[in-house]
Amino acid sequence: MAAPPTTVNEDFIRGLWKENPVFVQLLGLCPALAVTNSAINAVAMSAATAFVLCGSSVLVSSMRSIIPKQVRITTFIIVIATFVTVADFTLMALLPDVHKELGAFIALIVANCLILGRQEAFASRNTVGRALADAAGMSTGFGIALLMLGGIREILGSGSLFGVSLFGDSFEPWIIMILPPGGFLTIGLLLVVFARMERRKGGAS
Amino acid sequence: MGDLLWIFVAAAVVNNFTLSWFLGLCPFLGVSGRLDTAFRMGLANIFVLLVTAVCAWFLNAFILPHAPYLRLIAFIVVIASVVQFVEMAIRKLSPALFEALGIFLPLITTNCAILGLALFQTNREYGFVESISFALGAGVGLTLALVLMAGVRVENELRDVPDVLEGAAMSFLVAGILSMAFMGFAGLFSGVA
Repeated sequence: MAAPPTTVNEDFIRGLWKENPVFVQLLGLCPALAVTNSAINAVAMSAATAFVLCGSSVLVSSMRSIIPKQVRITTFIIVIATFVTVADFTLMALLPDVHKELGAFIALIVANCLILGRQEAFASRNTVGRALADAAGMSTGFGIALLMLGGIREILGSGSLFGVSLFGDSFEPWIIMILPPGGFLTIGLLLVVFARMERRKGGAS
Repeated sequence: MGDLLWIFVAAAVVNNFTLSWFLGLCPFLGVSGRLDTAFRMGLANIFVLLVTAVCAWFLNAFILPHAPYLRLIAFIVVIASVVQFVEMAIRKLSPALFEALGIFLPLITTNCAILGLALFQTNREYGFVESISFALGAGVGLTLALVLMAGVRVENELRDVPDVLEGAAMSFLVAGILSMAFMGFAGLFSGVA
């Protein structure tokens, strides 16, 4: 790994692709696979996760000097759980349909290891500005990954994208893609494609 | 009685926690390298799930009606601390059992399968006995998934796998195929329920 990045800009960019939370770090897989049977669910899930991640990163980083070392993990989890509760109730009030669709998975954002990981590895050691940039980058990267998974699964599994039909009536949807096995197969094949691309790039230079 | 059996089987195979709800994926990918580790991880999971079911039932019945907005925080804090205490007790009372399960306990305390169990149990308004049956089913399901996965991965080590497929990608594809196999259980009991 290269020297630690120093600018806010780099903190943001890093999360997008090079250290993409889902595809590279393999974190937050549970929501990434469970709710991505359609693109709209993926967007809702990423938005909720982004809110929780940015909120907790800012709070943890601004409190970093007063959190005792021994109970830091507990503190992080309570901060995260608070933000998740806020997100849960907000979604329930504003978008009841989406909330019903995502079910318990909104509450399960608490157990997303990506968020706890960022608090421990970054927010608790850096200034508020950098922590926010890092959180925003990681959330965007998470969003990109979820949107790719959700998009691919919805296009193949329902023949539509964001609920808009793409192929007309003659298309026979691959039901398996919106069922659980589709989630595992999609991410597995995407990882193969990325490994292949990486190899190509390495071979060329 | 039939209901309890149905809850158990549904959680164990029909709606397997790992393979159809994607809960507990971290240990599923992390510790499925060897058969005996996978099995012990499964047992530790069953244990924590049972503790969780009891805690969640207690909180739902006595505490949370007064403060529903504290649900998530209460679940996490109570489950984590109870597991910690039980871990200390086991270390004192039965060092052999601690040797076998101990190292996994801190790892799974805030695992999404554990919290998921508490939340699903709340959403479905299970009573005490139903919760225990649900937890046992979920635990057996997780163990089954882990052991199957470990078995396939041990076999795969001896095979000539293409370079780009090595590591996580291979695990996901195997999981996808296992998950497809488990879909065969869908519809089981649909006549009864």
